[in-house]
Amino acid sequence: MSEKKNLKAKTGNEAMAEAMRQINPDVVAAYPITPATEIVQIFSQFVADGVVNTEFVAVESEHSALSACIGASAAGARAMTGTSSQGLALMYEMMYIAAGLRLPIVIAEVNRALSAPINIHGDQSDTMGARDSGFLQIYCENSQEAYDSMIQAVRICEHPDVLLPATVSTDGFIISHCMEAIELLPDEKVKEFVGTYKPKNWLLDVDHPFTLGAIDLQDYYFEHKRQEIEAMRKATKVIKEIGKEFGQKFGRSYDMIETYKLEDAEAAIVVLGSTAGTAKVVIEEMRKQGKKVGMLKLRVFRPFPFDDIREALKDVKIVGVMDRHDGYNGYVAPVCSEVRSCLYELDKKPKIASYVYGLGGRDITLEMITEIYEELLSGKTDNNAKYIGVRE
Amino acid sequence: MVNLKELSKRPELLSGGHRLCSGCGAGIIARQVMMAAADRPVVVANATGCLEVSTTIYPFSAWKAPWFHSAFENAAASCSGIEAAYKALKRTGKVNKDIRFITFGGDGGTYDIGFQSLSGAMERRHRMLYVCYNNEAYMNTGIQRSSATPLGAYASTSPVGKVKKGKEQIKKDLTKVMVAHNIPYVAQSAVGYWNDLITKTQKALDIDGPTFINVLQPCRLGWGYNPADTAVIGRMAVETCFWPIYEVVDGKYKINVKPKEKKPIEEYLKPQSRFKHLLRPENAGIVAEIQKNIDENWAWLLMMEECTNR
Repeated sequence: MSEKKNLKAKTGNEAMAEAMRQINPDVVAAYPITPATEIVQIFSQFVADGVVNTEFVAVESEHSALSACIGASAAGARAMTGTSSQGLALMYEMMYIAAGLRLPIVIAEVNRALSAPINIHGDQSDTMGARDSGFLQIYCENSQEAYDSMIQAVRICEHPDVLLPATVSTDGFIISHCMEAIELLPDEKVKEFVGTYKPKNWLLDVDHPFTLGAIDLQDYYFEHKRQEIEAMRKATKVIKEIGKEFGQKFGRSYDMIETYKLEDAEAAIVVLGSTAGTAKVVIEEMRKQGKKVGMLKLRVFRPFPFDDIREALKDVKIVGVMDRHDGYNGYVAPVCSEVRSCLYELDKKPKIASYVYGLGGRDITLEMITEIYEELLSGKTDNNAKYIGVRE
Repeated sequence: MVNLKELSKRPELLSGGHRLCSGCGAGIIARQVMMAAADRPVVVANATGCLEVSTTIYPFSAWKAPWFHSAFENAAASCSGIEAAYKALKRTGKVNKDIRFITFGGDGGTYDIGFQSLSGAMERRHRMLYVCYNNEAYMNTGIQRSSATPLGAYASTSPVGKVKKGKEQIKKDLTKVMVAHNIPYVAQSAVGYWNDLITKTQKALDIDGPTFINVLQPCRLGWGYNPADTAVIGRMAVETCFWPIYEVVDGKYKINVKPKEKKPIEEYLKPQSRFKHLLRPENAGIVAEIQKNIDENWAWLLMMEECTNR
């Protein structure tokens, strides 16, 4: 971009609210929950100040927040909400329905640990619980990515080959409340990029009545689910195209994954979210000492980027997958399971280790990541998941 | 009051051919409500339940108006979203018609699991008529008790046994709870009073705000009577004052049907197999309690009508 960059200090929540202001959705229905409250609180001020055209519905629960978004989206509106943790868990039932009805709703999501015990800090157990809901899942490393990804998500979800909802997530407090300088795009550029929502069938088109949400038994359900599965598969291409177009227009390109110093790496880690930023510092330090370490950041977890991961990790000797959640399968954590499943097809398979860290917002330090790399380089890893930074 | 001749000329927005039981009161209610609404554009939201599963078996639909269903407990919340979309799209000029919104839910989806979303939607004052087709139990899943099931009634989860004698608690008075939301229009109606229901639906739809009609719906399967008697049973509920039909307009009560002579509750209980155990001599105490509750509620309603119209 030739024009001067509009740099502003924004927290993750402010960045997401700013993206929502520029997207100017028709309906936002939301309910407060720490640490995502700010997003819709700031947004409701935009509504109060008349700077957006949005109808804001302050509902009585997150279940109703997503239900209202589903109704609004089916009615023909571009609908969004924001939530976190227990709020997302209360939405789980409706997440499957939003996806099954093929409604392109975007949730500004802040990753927070699930109860019990109750905790308000960042881990990814909330969105991991929605893994099979049919939502696209985008994890952001920082506020800039959160802002950019919200804008892209609208286009991705509404793409005719996709028509699925998405969560765009930041790590609770670590990103949601951390002030960073980010580049904001001009309002009209965002407006132009996202365009308008043009659904094929919409309830408020009363001259063309249709039934949405019919009971679908043994004779049709499977075909409808098959179409949903296919849409998720096709989403990979759409995410890549839109990430590329965003880069061409605004100078920051996005893909399913981001690789960092992987070309010649002997040991690599796979991470989601803000930990990628911490890992980059560790990699720089270790590289100075001649240690060949690298990283694969999983930006999109649904759809899962099998091909990209396989290609990126095929020459690495050992991979450590860092999960900020445990799936309770008694073996390894969920992202590790999927990475392992995807690398299994390689003739020359890297060794894989599972690391679970940061539950309930427990800090992940440069030292901890360094230790993981050292362990990977030594080749002495465990078969079962290893828990980092916990008192055993 | 509505004119039958006029009504017969209106389009049927709920067509025949759906799979509700013969003699089902829910179909009668939905048909009459939609007939009342047929003179204006409407969008319908439906909670999961008998009406939803029987009228929309994919790829068929009995609905000739835009119709939406997503889950059980959230019909009012879904309709809130549809109505919010309407406001937004009206502002931006994408919609230019004056559309009304109707939500249908059974008593399970309204009194119990959907209670919170209904309360929220009413408090937010969406333009929405909520119609509860109240058959006093979870009929779609096989007659389980709900908080609308009356005292003493058999339900499959409040069965009659050696120790228990049907439901042990009195029903929730949801209509009163809706009145407490201070919404502009709340009413009770019953199957068997087509003119009453259609008139009330029209009144409610004329209001630009939240309105609620609780319609007693005899269920031949769950209540256990001859399917031809649905309307007769509904009228008996009103004539015994078991289910008074009344409306509350801006806080003012009006009882729409005052039986000349209040019939004893036994006449209502007798034809229904859900109450048959109550007619045994050892259960006379429960019948007396039901009668006492009816008498007290009726006296309370008369008092409310008098003091809110002073």
